[in-house]
Amino acid sequence: MPTVRQISVFLENKSGRLLDVTRRLSEAGVNVRALCVADTSEFGVVRLIVDDPHKAHEALKEQGFTVKETIVIAVEVEDRPGGLSEVLKPLVEQEMNIEYLYCFVEKSGDKAVVIIRVEEAEQAVGALKVAGFRCIPAEELYSM
Amino acid sequence: MYNPEIEAMDRERLADLQLQRLKETVKRCEEMVPFYRAKLREMEMTWKDIQSLEDVEKLPFTTKDDLRENYPFGLFAVPTREIVRIHASSGTTGQPTVVGYTQKDIEVWSELVARALVSAMADSSDIVQVAYGYGLFTGGLGLHYGVEKLGGSVIPISGGNTKRQIRMMVDLGTTVLCCTPSYALFMAETADEMGVDFKQLKLKSGIFGAEPWSDRMRDKIERLLNLSAFDIYGLSEVMGPGVSIECEQKSGLHVFEDAFLAETIDPATGQRLPMGEQGELVFTTVNKQGMPLIRYRTRDITSLHDEPCGCGRTHIRMKRVRGRTDDMLIIRGVNVFPSQIETVLMEIEGISPHYQIIVDRVGGLDIIEVQVEVSEDMFSDRIQGLEEWQEVIQAEIESYLGIGVKVILVEPRSIARSEGKAIRVIDNREL
Repeated sequence: MPTVRQISVFLENKSGRLLDVTRRLSEAGVNVRALCVADTSEFGVVRLIVDDPHKAHEALKEQGFTVKETIVIAVEVEDRPGGLSEVLKPLVEQEMNIEYLYCFVEKSGDKAVVIIRVEEAEQAVGALKVAGFRCIPAEELYSM
Repeated sequence: MYNPEIEAMDRERLADLQLQRLKETVKRCEEMVPFYRAKLREMEMTWKDIQSLEDVEKLPFTTKDDLRENYPFGLFAVPTREIVRIHASSGTTGQPTVVGYTQKDIEVWSELVARALVSAMADSSDIVQVAYGYGLFTGGLGLHYGVEKLGGSVIPISGGNTKRQIRMMVDLGTTVLCCTPSYALFMAETADEMGVDFKQLKLKSGIFGAEPWSDRMRDKIERLLNLSAFDIYGLSEVMGPGVSIECEQKSGLHVFEDAFLAETIDPATGQRLPMGEQGELVFTTVNKQGMPLIRYRTRDITSLHDEPCGCGRTHIRMKRVRGRTDDMLIIRGVNVFPSQIETVLMEIEGISPHYQIIVDRVGGLDIIEVQVEVSEDMFSDRIQGLEEWQEVIQAEIESYLGIGVKVILVEPRSIARSEGKAIRVIDNREL
């Protein structure tokens, strides 16, 4: 099933912590594809798509970070107005609850990638396929 | 039992022994220590007025301040040439206090610790790793002499260098570990990082003390370190570790009454409390030469119990110390002990045992913030999931203490680890 492993890291809201994460990843030779931060006034969660989730996990854990891997899906959409709405439609129709999502644009420039976290990943992939969307397989995404 | 004749002595005979020793102690204090001579004169008393054990109630108290005012040797009851050992308290709450031991004191103390070790299931075949600090603190040397007295093998590793501690346990086959309970938890964490499984080690008993800890923390330590954990109690002013210890029943700590007379008092009025009632613990040393103390106020809160114990020891038991009167926080008029917050945290499954309590006063109102480290179990990637944890912990503490607290999740290892006494409370209020 074309799902993707995302790395999540717990961070206190302290200056320099995000830098510590990115520095550690660069030392380990891990390339970050996409990144998103969710936060409250006291703490935050950094979510990352990287080229080597296993290596990233180990490197961060070794440094004492609390790390978790989460299964998300990566969908390819047209980089034009309305592109995101079209992706969301089939999921909403299936009454799937989207916990969060974030996007990035592919290097080639004509497509965008939406990273979506839903509880029922498998079902979501199916619904998107039926609606004519392509979910990007893990290997392809990591090496983008 | 190490010394069954004393430890299981008939209560009446024990009382006779105590009375005789009490008289001798008060007599020596009166003759040798100007501070006590003046105090007794003030109360128009002499040692001859001690006719029964109940008369101890008439004697004056000794406080930590008295020790400070007589710094360094003012309370010694022997010339300094007879003193063979000096220890000192850390002085974290003020000027340090100094205590002195004669050769006989060291022998008595060693025997008390040997009894404590046996009470914690140790014998002469054991390899005992003493990870209490060696030096002015009584923990390290106190346990050390006890192990030698018992005939066990002592590893005098002292505190610190945690990885080496773990390696020693593995390589030397340590069977008994002595340290503070917070350090024991830190060892568990370090062993985990090193890939050492406590189930593969030979540890059977842990003798933990020098800071208050809860039964929940005991469960955690026993599970993580795969040993049976015993609470040991002592304070340098009175002797050091080995004033009291749990037996296998783990229902209170037996006070070695041939050496220490224990009472509990109302800390506000100084009134003596009946058995079973909670108050401030007070000790009179009755078998100490160097620095005998009369009715020393420990500031520790506990209760005493004289019901017979299943282990056969006849000496009374004190409940595990909940906290010190000087650890007690008064938050918006409510008395709070850090150990109560610890109890709640330990009860919640999946929570890290490392925490810190920060007290502040904002706009005239006391605010408690409890920092808890996020564990792997708690972390779910969802902000909402983490907020739920905060709410659960907050609600549990509030329902237990009856006052509101703010729980803050912090990164693992961001709370300083301690190799000695853990610092649990940071009070930023200017009281």
